[in-house]
Amino acid sequence: MTEPLATIKLTRATGSVVEGEALVSAEGFSPRYDLDRWTGEITKPGHRLQGQYIKDKICFFPTAKGGIAAGWAFADIKAKNIAPLAFIFGVTNPVMVQGAVFAGITLTEGWDPDPVTCVSTGDWVRVDPARKVIEVLRRVG
Amino acid sequence: MELNTEEQAILRGEQGVAAQEALAYQVKVGEFFEAQRFVPITNAHMMGDIEVLGDSGLNYLKCMAEKRGHCRVPATTNARCFDFDYVDYLGQDRGEAQKEKKVIQFLRDMNVMTTDTCINYQTLYQPHLGEHVAWGDTGTVIYANSVFGARTNFESGPAALAAAITGRTPEYGFHLDVHRRGNFVVEMQTEIHDLAEWGALGKLVGEPNQYYFAVPVFTGIEPRPTADQLKHLGAALASYGSMGMFHMVGVTPEAPSVDAALGGNRPSKTMTITRADIDRVFKQYSLGDGSGNLVVFSGPQLSLFELKTLSELFAGKKVAKGTQVFVTTSNGVKSAAAKLGYLAPLEAAGVTLLEGVCFYILQNLSPMRVANGWSNLVSNSAKIVNIIGAHKFNTILRRTQDCVEIAISGRLK
Repeated sequence: MTEPLATIKLTRATGSVVEGEALVSAEGFSPRYDLDRWTGEITKPGHRLQGQYIKDKICFFPTAKGGIAAGWAFADIKAKNIAPLAFIFGVTNPVMVQGAVFAGITLTEGWDPDPVTCVSTGDWVRVDPARKVIEVLRRVG
Repeated sequence: MELNTEEQAILRGEQGVAAQEALAYQVKVGEFFEAQRFVPITNAHMMGDIEVLGDSGLNYLKCMAEKRGHCRVPATTNARCFDFDYVDYLGQDRGEAQKEKKVIQFLRDMNVMTTDTCINYQTLYQPHLGEHVAWGDTGTVIYANSVFGARTNFESGPAALAAAITGRTPEYGFHLDVHRRGNFVVEMQTEIHDLAEWGALGKLVGEPNQYYFAVPVFTGIEPRPTADQLKHLGAALASYGSMGMFHMVGVTPEAPSVDAALGGNRPSKTMTITRADIDRVFKQYSLGDGSGNLVVFSGPQLSLFELKTLSELFAGKKVAKGTQVFVTTSNGVKSAAAKLGYLAPLEAAGVTLLEGVCFYILQNLSPMRVANGWSNLVSNSAKIVNIIGAHKFNTILRRTQDCVEIAISGRLK
């Protein structure tokens, strides 16, 4: 196995090992406020990721916003085949965790260093909850 | 997590498959947060409507009901996405409405009381200081923690249902003293009155401090707020800030003084809120295409007191031609309002009162927006103007009186 290009240590993590394309947001996330839950597109006007799709992505969000809805919504978007592979939060709230555990989606909280310093949207990354690390495997372009 | 004898028995399946699965799920969530143990709860409040459940959630409820899932503590439901009397009026999907009826049946099969209200804390159950409950939506949680001094985390639908079935919840977050202490101070330098101003305060404090464990300590609040004002503040803090608790010195039970509310924490900062700050919130909304054809009083559902006020403001008036006004409340409040004569003036004015729903979660809302030619949404709820964004409304926060005037004139101001 090749050496990762960068490694992020995580504070807490749940779920299985996943590998995929990073989608890095400078803004927080709520599945009910920001997401079209039929297409997987971030539709909230003015959201930094407006127009982007979360399907099969490793989604980095600094914060979780509002919303009890994630509890059901994550399982719903997974059943509709538009779910991301993982949610990577700087800080999260219990609903996101309850929803991800319920849906079987990998979720982590807390990072060092901040991914804005070492991950860009489009990079290929691996999330390993048991080892509490994210590894950047390939750079975009 | 350390499990007691009973919990170990539940995990072995001795209280049925539904309880076994529910507890196993709770253990996983508890372990994420490094919870040491479970705490018994007395009450659960859950979100479960077809709009957010989807077919997968509906199927899950069906399976849990078939596995004889049974709530062992009183469990109530949050607002849902259909008022069945208005399905055709709103152009909602009849098939989805049928599914919503199934949701309700499966929940009742599991001993859930389908009360369909997001103001359970005003109308159904008021837990006392230190009482552990498992509640969602976020507005109910922040009210329980802050105003009652009860203890709950944001419990999403599956988590609250699991808690109701097992009668317990993992002890983390706001069940623990350490997270209940204030960590920054908000000094009020102005009086605020209208519900929209209380929501604006929640936006000002919540937006720049988005964090579940950010616990603001409000000082200088004069005069004493009403329950409805605290409701709008809490709903906005939870919505903009993802917050689950606040203190208000001299008002909330764990805040007899600033020091007591901080509990030994050094505040990370002190914010001051002036009249100019509050007024600035109202000025920042774009008027979009200038249309004033949708005014909404919802999110949270209205109390009997709010409904009485609206009834008085609309009495003898007519909603402008081409403008629609929606009010949402619970069955209990609507029934009382009808009996007390508060509904008739609203109906005569042309206001549509929906029961058991919240506007922003209405099934089919995006197509409804397009079909009705709505682009602007005017409301006195800071929460709803924040959360309805995914449906592509341009939202505008206005004070209650202004909302009524816009509804009557059809013109923005």
